[in-house]
Amino acid sequence: MISWFHAQSLRHTGHTASHPPGAMVHAFLIHTLRAPHAEDSGLCRVLYSCVFGAESSPDDPRPHGAERDRLLRKEQILAVARQAETMCRLQQQASGRPAADLQPQPSDEPVPLHEAPRGAFRLAAGDPFREPRTAVWLGVLSFGFALVLDAHENLLLAENTLRLLARLLLDHLRLLTPGTNLLLRADRIEGILTRFLPHGQLLFLNDQFVQSLEKEFSAALPR
Amino acid sequence: MGTGSQSLTQICRVLTPQLGPGGSVEPILRCFNLTDDSVTAGRGGAGRAPGGGGMAAAGTERLLRQAREVRDEELGQFCARASALLRTEEPGPEAVDALRRLFLIVAATKYGRKLEDECVDLLQTALGPPPRPEPLQLLCAAILRETAPRPGLSLSCDCVQSPRQLSLVASVLLAQGDRRQVRSVGQRVFQVLESRQPEGPSARPLLPVVSKVASLAPGSFREDQANLLSKRLADWLRYASVPQGPAPSGGFFTPRARQPGPVTEVDGAVATDFFTVLSTAQRATEDQWLNVQAFSMLRAWLQLGGPGAPDTDDRSEQEGSSLSVLSAAASTGRLLPPERLREKAFQYCQRLVEQSTRRALRRADADLQKACLVEAVLVLDVLCRQDPSFLYRTLSCLKALQARLNGDPACVRVLLPLAQFFLGHGEAAAVDAEAVCRQVFGRVPAEHFHSPMLAFEFVQFCRDSLPLLGRHLGLLRRSFPGLLQLLAWNSPALTAEFVALLPALVDASTAVELLHALLDLPCLTAALDLQLRLSPAASERPLWDASLRTASCPDASQDPQLQGRLQHLLRTEASGAPERLAPLYPLLQPMAGCARVLQCAEAVPTLLRAFFSAVTQFADGALTNQLARLLLERSDSLYPVPGYEARVHQCGLSASTWR
Repeated sequence: MISWFHAQSLRHTGHTASHPPGAMVHAFLIHTLRAPHAEDSGLCRVLYSCVFGAESSPDDPRPHGAERDRLLRKEQILAVARQAETMCRLQQQASGRPAADLQPQPSDEPVPLHEAPRGAFRLAAGDPFREPRTAVWLGVLSFGFALVLDAHENLLLAENTLRLLARLLLDHLRLLTPGTNLLLRADRIEGILTRFLPHGQLLFLNDQFVQSLEKEFSAALPR
Repeated sequence: MGTGSQSLTQICRVLTPQLGPGGSVEPILRCFNLTDDSVTAGRGGAGRAPGGGGMAAAGTERLLRQAREVRDEELGQFCARASALLRTEEPGPEAVDALRRLFLIVAATKYGRKLEDECVDLLQTALGPPPRPEPLQLLCAAILRETAPRPGLSLSCDCVQSPRQLSLVASVLLAQGDRRQVRSVGQRVFQVLESRQPEGPSARPLLPVVSKVASLAPGSFREDQANLLSKRLADWLRYASVPQGPAPSGGFFTPRARQPGPVTEVDGAVATDFFTVLSTAQRATEDQWLNVQAFSMLRAWLQLGGPGAPDTDDRSEQEGSSLSVLSAAASTGRLLPPERLREKAFQYCQRLVEQSTRRALRRADADLQKACLVEAVLVLDVLCRQDPSFLYRTLSCLKALQARLNGDPACVRVLLPLAQFFLGHGEAAAVDAEAVCRQVFGRVPAEHFHSPMLAFEFVQFCRDSLPLLGRHLGLLRRSFPGLLQLLAWNSPALTAEFVALLPALVDASTAVELLHALLDLPCLTAALDLQLRLSPAASERPLWDASLRTASCPDASQDPQLQGRLQHLLRTEASGAPERLAPLYPLLQPMAGCARVLQCAEAVPTLLRAFFSAVTQFADGALTNQLARLLLERSDSLYPVPGYEARVHQCGLSASTWR
């Protein structure tokens, strides 16, 4: 006999079909970060975004709905970017980090990503995605990286993956070099995502596997 | 392509040295003989700006603006140029460059950009055989995805054989938002998976597609297909090769360099059992890669990978349904995954728990161990819900795990899914849920409030556990002071979560003390800051507000009265007896203006509104009046944060109207 509590728990955490679970990312994005104490110097810009699959839509897509669907998708991503940027800025202010943290250091030392500002926030159903989701964000210098996940996710894995992606992008796109612009490097970003987050699948990669994939990537897309 | 008349801007652009990565931004449409009066050619020649941040931001802004301002006719000509480059026998770097710009033009704006049909056709063709260079194919797929949904896309995966290309084509098709297309992609991927030869190209690119298809359109695979995939997954999970040293046939024909090395654990020891994601191999074999992917998609597959009723929209059946999951499972007609896969999954999780006791040599591997523990607990939870006969073996494994992790602050985030497991299965397994709760609520918030990720996960755990707590809900309610520490430290991130949690936290017995605590929230923030500063075990990078220098922080430990009040403020359980905290204000005065305290003070009015809204749901008039009066009384004995008193007073005035 299963008690009422057990049935309730099954029902609540049983992930009925309206909340598909499990290690998949809905979107990855890179956005700008403004200095914590700067005056309102421009808007938050999405520098790159990739949506894996699409939010479910009715089985008969109408042609004129396509433009609207795309517009909605872009606005959803921008909404996430804005909120991540705000959260990052507030966290930086609260911890009293100087604005100079946003500038790339002249030294060759790797950026300490474990200390970088990071966090998560919940996105309620309808705001802005149809399904409830969770966003995980990481701020490195003047770039924000974010993953949009299904609502009940392995956040530890997501956080690790985000840190890994940030490190790979910083290294392989040479984002620390002044003047380099990732806007015209989509092929390299895609090359990294294809290997380390294929179709939005979070991967349990130990260090050896990461190194292997990195070698593959460097061979396929040389600098 | 035909050129217009040479304008001044064109000439300037051609003459300006092409600034590459070391310089400033390249004009979006260089060298294609197009007029574009809005492009400011050659500006920003001094690429050696010292403060990279400001220059980079300006360059980015300029490039985005250029991309948006490209006119339709220009875009059309650009498409034609790109098409010409794509049509060549061996498209070179110029083609890649053109596609990079084309991608930026379509991605930079949320409004649709019209791409010429011929160009779109060529983009699609480039994804099929013969294989083009990878950067080119990646960009073609990216442009097609970026402009999705695109009605009338002729792209199809039917003729694509290579797994890598199939994966790229699939990424475009899955982005169209058409469930039928998702299903047909699933079918094709299944075909290719089944028909591939062992010595053929790696199947690695295909498993994530399977997983994505299953999550976008559950029920895409027939029962026999799902069973076959489950069988493969079970094999990859359990029987990935673990070579025990050099192959016996090694020698002249199998040079040593190409032999797989021994498999080790993350602490360097030679592997003792079957291969998992926590096993390392010098040169991973195909099935070891598939082992990694199989585990990565395991939880989703266990829940979604089964066959379902073919043409119903599963979501519309479930929404609004109040059936328990038992009858829900029956109504979807979804079968459980085969017993063999579930058994192998169980063994895999057990092995991961065992492997997590090892001390990893590399930090990244230590991080992975914790993520694996979380996943193992989540998978075991799924398995036990699907088949309670797993419960007995799981419980002994997880109880041992919990005992081991309890003293380890580095593993605190694993404690949460563990606690949720025990709460979820406690009734069936006679686990002392109260003890679990007490452990979690008692210590975790107070010791880890400063970790933003843990704070978020903890509050989420509280919200998710509400239905599981049952008669232990009182324990959660009495633990509100500990929860408020998380909120006080991370108010911007957690205010919305707390607003949602408040109705569950408030009852007649805690209402008064909770109201006091909410009003004292900024004071709590300051006290936590002080505690961190004075604590001997401070980390290298200060967790408190580093810009605030408090040279002479009065030592509270000298005065037992102050010490007592500080302890009350920092309590983790409701005491039932509110205390006046005003004597602490001088001690905490230095922190009153710091950013974290200010942020907290700004969040309080929202929390007060949510509080009163929750209270009016159950309280009688007497209690509500008492609380409203209390609010007004307290509003002139608050921790002196600039602007705080006025805001609370304002709340107090309107509180009497909240009914």
